[in-house]
Order: sequence, then structure tokens, then C-alpha cells
Amino acid sequence: MSILVDKNTRLLVQGMTGREGEFHTRQMVAYGTNVVGGVTPGKGGGELNGIPIFDTVAEARRATDANATCIFVPAKFAKDAVVEAVDAQIPLIVTITEGIPALDMVYAVNLVRSRGLRMIGANCPGIITPGECKIGILPGEIFTSGSVGLISRSGTLTYEIVDELTRAGLGQSTCIGIGGDPTPGTTFIDALPLFEADPQTRVVVMVGEIGGADEEIASEYIAKEMSKPVIGFVSGRTAPPGKRMGHAGAIVSGRSGTAQAKVEALLRAGVKVADTTHDIPALVSAALKQEPSVH
Amino acid sequence: MKIHEYQAKEVFGRFGVPVPKGMVCQTPEKAQSYARDLGRAVVVKAQVHVGGRGKAGGVKVARTPEEANEIASAILGMDIKGLSVRKVLCEPAIDIREEYYLGVALDRDSQRNTVIVSAAGGVDIEQVAEETPEKIARLPIDPLLGFQSWHALDVAKRGGLRSDILPQAAKTLRGLVAAYLASDANMAEINPLAVTSDGQVVAADGKMVIDDNALYRQEALQQYYEESEEDEIEAEAHRRGIQYVRLDGTVGVIGNGAGLVMTTLDEVSRAGGKAANFLDIGGGAKAELVRNSLEIVLMNPQVKSVFFNIFGGITRGDEVARGILQAYDELQLSVPIVIRLSGTMAEEGRRLLEGSPLIPAATMQEAAQKAVRLAA
Repeated sequence: MSILVDKNTRLLVQGMTGREGEFHTRQMVAYGTNVVGGVTPGKGGGELNGIPIFDTVAEARRATDANATCIFVPAKFAKDAVVEAVDAQIPLIVTITEGIPALDMVYAVNLVRSRGLRMIGANCPGIITPGECKIGILPGEIFTSGSVGLISRSGTLTYEIVDELTRAGLGQSTCIGIGGDPTPGTTFIDALPLFEADPQTRVVVMVGEIGGADEEIASEYIAKEMSKPVIGFVSGRTAPPGKRMGHAGAIVSGRSGTAQAKVEALLRAGVKVADTTHDIPALVSAALKQEPSVH
Repeated sequence: MKIHEYQAKEVFGRFGVPVPKGMVCQTPEKAQSYARDLGRAVVVKAQVHVGGRGKAGGVKVARTPEEANEIASAILGMDIKGLSVRKVLCEPAIDIREEYYLGVALDRDSQRNTVIVSAAGGVDIEQVAEETPEKIARLPIDPLLGFQSWHALDVAKRGGLRSDILPQAAKTLRGLVAAYLASDANMAEINPLAVTSDGQVVAADGKMVIDDNALYRQEALQQYYEESEEDEIEAEAHRRGIQYVRLDGTVGVIGNGAGLVMTTLDEVSRAGGKAANFLDIGGGAKAELVRNSLEIVLMNPQVKSVFFNIFGGITRGDEVARGILQAYDELQLSVPIVIRLSGTMAEEGRRLLEGSPLIPAATMQEAAQKAVRLAA
């Protein structure tokens, strides 16, 4: 088991013929992801490495029975790409594109939710179930299959932590990069219940950062609903207020969104919070040892 | 992108928000002639991209044209929280009976643009929210429904606005939301919305922040862009398209990915040092960008060492190495550089850097310690 993606995932790539789309489609195929089609308006009928290209998502869905899509189209057109995927009722939409206008994403996220579909991103590295399916731009070789579920607001920081976990012999069930935008399609509290219900996942690592209140909201959920241990990490402890630290979502405004407030909320919820990425594998190992054998 | 009060009011006015007929002045003489033509008391307001102007003495009422001249010459050139005032906005002084708050902002928790109304206007709304949250009414806008007339009336009523003002206030609120949406703002507010003694509402102040990601489609607003007044290096980085934030330490930091760079700053602090900046080269950076980034970081004379922290995903270690070597060739580098290179093509990168004066480190923690020691 795992969450959201596995060997039964049938993936479309919107923007497959662009520079990023083409490169990462090859990488995903090389990893073993079942890429069943690409969508580029005007290039329908063609193919890329044997993968058929369609003009529209609806057409691609009819021909391939795809159940997920990965969006690489430029920021200007990303909202339309999401809306098109929603219209074609693709259950899982992974939006990699960064720099999408905030109002576009507010519309897209609310539309996706209203239809009972799911989006991961935007501005995210994607999702991976090691050994089965990778959607997005994550470097596949650092992941290995195991029992750690991981949810993160940051891409490269995820790689850093996964690399440490893998080196310590701690494989992963599924890793989700939810992205650094202010209104992500999947938040911590959207993903935590999935890990809680997944038999393969025995411990969850949650990687937060400054800005917003997602970590605080997640803390309340963890305290009430999670039986599995959660290990937390929060980046941006030394970030000054009022400055946007790269991610559009990473800004401490006034009294809210500080790393300290997030760490305190997590600790109150019984989450073990790592001071540094280097401490995460030890905390995960300890949690696995203490974990009750039966739920 | 922050814009000035007078610019926000220009935009609001186009969407039916009642705004005072003011004039932007860059000289005391212009302020004086404005006051003379108006023939009544005027308010002179500093135009700077920072809050708290009033407390700093940047907003004053002038009863005569001569006084307008004096006040404008005192405010122009004034330093408010490190920013110098280059323009003042002169407006007719209004007789204020009541002050309300109207605002709209992107609310991350509801994932919607959220309208905020309060009868407790004219003061810091965050303070009101904290101390007397019952005085604030909110309405998250469902983007599939839009912000309709009944929404405006409902939230204005719940915000405690007087019933005789409600129709005007609701219309103003819809204008504000329309301006916000059409401008790709992530915050727009009128604080205070003044009710005059003859029962008219007017936006006595205006504020708007535009989403940088949407500026490409906001041609009319692009002219409002002003280079970062606080910092020349940040302005130069912006020109070169580099994500840079100046901080006040001595260890220059360059990394790939916002979360990793933020964590790198934290690691520098844990090692007992202080970062001089945040710089994210983003994903898939080429050698040229790496070279430019190093140049930007070294423009800050306080930088005593540089810490490169790269975990390659789409960023390739060999490209980063080539960029650093290019910088060595083209710039006179006298500051020690510590590099931690992992992930995609990291080995090739490390091989390229062999024989260079760069100081390698195996982990981010080890690199932080080395960089901090070298900056001491």
C-alpha cells in the first residue's frame, strides 16, 4: 500500500512537449511511471518516445483511461490547464509550475475541491511512491521503499531529508511535496488522514516552513486524530518578519506565521520536532521502536 | 509589489470607490498652490512604502497655503523607518464623524479572498483582530460565486456599520473587491473609510499590494514599480532576476530551493554565526546565474565567507561548479567559499572544483560550521 499513487497510476502529462515537460516525462518513464499520454493543443496525433500526444485532456482521458495528470505548462496558462483537467474529471492533478498568479490558484483550488477531485501543488516537486510511481521532478534515485510517509512544503529540503532517511536505512511509503504557494491544493491536513489510513505507513515526517497557519492547523488535527507518530521540522527559524523568503507563501507577517509558533504548536500536539534535518532519522527510528505493534 | 496611497486611490477611484480629489506634490511650492486653489484646510501625507507614517509625523493638517508649504517642506526628505519621503499627497481635510475599516486579502486558511469589515476603523486592524475579534466581520469569497451585492450588505451589517450608511458602504466594498480582483492584488484596504458630517463616505486612506507573479498581465500597474528604496543590492538582484534578501550577518548564503536556503540560514545560526543574506538560485540554474549570484552576494561588504549549499534535483552540480569557477576567473574573489554539493551530478561538480581554493564539506552542518569559523 501507499497513498494516492502506485503501480496502477495511469498518468497524463500536460505540456509534455515543452522543455521541462519532455525532460521530466523521460525521467518519470525511466523511473517506471506509467505515462499513458501527453496533451499539447495543436500537436494531437503525434508522439514522444512512443507516448501518444492528444489535443485535449478529455480526448486523452477517453483514449487512455488516465487517472492522474502532471502539469508542466507555463504559469500564464497553468490555470486553464487545471480547469481543463477538472473538466475532464481527472481525479489527481499534480501542478509543478511555479510563479502562477495567486488569484488563478485561488480559483483553481476552490474549483478542484468543489468537484471532489484532488490537486497537489502548484509550485511543488510532485509525489512519489518509491519503486512504483513518480509524478513530478523529484530525483528518483534517492528514494527507497519503506514505512515513512513524508509531507513537505519545500522541494530541495525534501530531497535533503529523504537522502538522510535512505542513508539511515529508513525507506518511504509515499512522499508528497505540497509546494510553497499560499493556497496549495493539498495541505498537511489533507494528507495526514491518508497516511493515518495507509497500512504501509508507520510514521509520518512533516516538513513545514514559516508563513500561514498550516502547521498550527495540522497540530490540532494530529493531537485529535493521529495514532501514528509524527516527526516535525520547520524551516525559517531565523527569517526576519516582513520579508518574503523565496516561496510566495514563506513570509512572517506581524505576529503570525513564525517558526517558533509552529514548533510550539507541534510540540503541544505531541510531535517530536527536529532542530536540524540531521536529527530526523534518529527521531524516526526511535518512533518506530516505540510504536505499538497493533492499532 | 507595494504601491503608494495615491496610486491605490487612483485604482480604487476607477472602480467606483469615493476618493478625495487630491494632488501628488514633490515640492512645497506645489503643495502651497494646491492649498491656495482649494481655499480650505488640507492634509499633507507622506508617500512611503511603510506603515506608521502618522506616528512618525508624516501626516499633518495645514490650515493655510503658507502652512501647507511649511509642512510639505518638513515632510519631504523626512526619514520614515529608513525610507526617505520623495512625494506627499495633498487632499482636502475632511470633517470625520466616524471611521470604518474595509479590506480584502488572500486568506490562506480558507484558501479564499476574504472581505473584512469593522466599525472600529482608523486604527491598526491586526490589533483590533487580536483584542476585540467580535468587532470584525469576515466573508470568504467563493470564487465560483463571486462577491455579490447581498454578500456586501451582509458583511457590512455584521461589521457593525450604521444602517443609514450601509448602502453606500456596501457599494464601496464591491468597488474595493472589484479593484482588488482586477489588479491581481493580495491585499487592498481602506482604513479609515470616513463618514463625513454630511453623511457621505470617502476613502480617507488606501493601501494595496500587488501579486508579483501577476505583474506580467498588469501593464497599467507596472509603471508604479519603484526599486527597493531600502537596499541597492536587493534592487540589483531584482534587475538580474535573482531571489535575494539582505540580512545583517557576515556569512553569505547561496542555495537551491527556498526551503533549503531558509534551513541553511538556520544552520548558520545554530553554528553560532549570522547569515548576510538569503539567495535562492532556484531549480535548474545555469553557470551564468551561479556566477551572477556570487557577484550579488559579494556586493555586501559585510560578507566574510560564503556558504554554497546545493542539493541537486533539476539543478546540476557540474553547472554550479562551472559557475563558481567562472566567478573566480571574472571577479576578484578574496572571500573564502565553503561548498556542500550533493545530488544530481555532484561528483562531476566536485571533480571540477578540485585544485580550486574552494573549501568542500560533506554535510550542510559541517559546511555551516566551517563558514561561520571563516567569517569570525
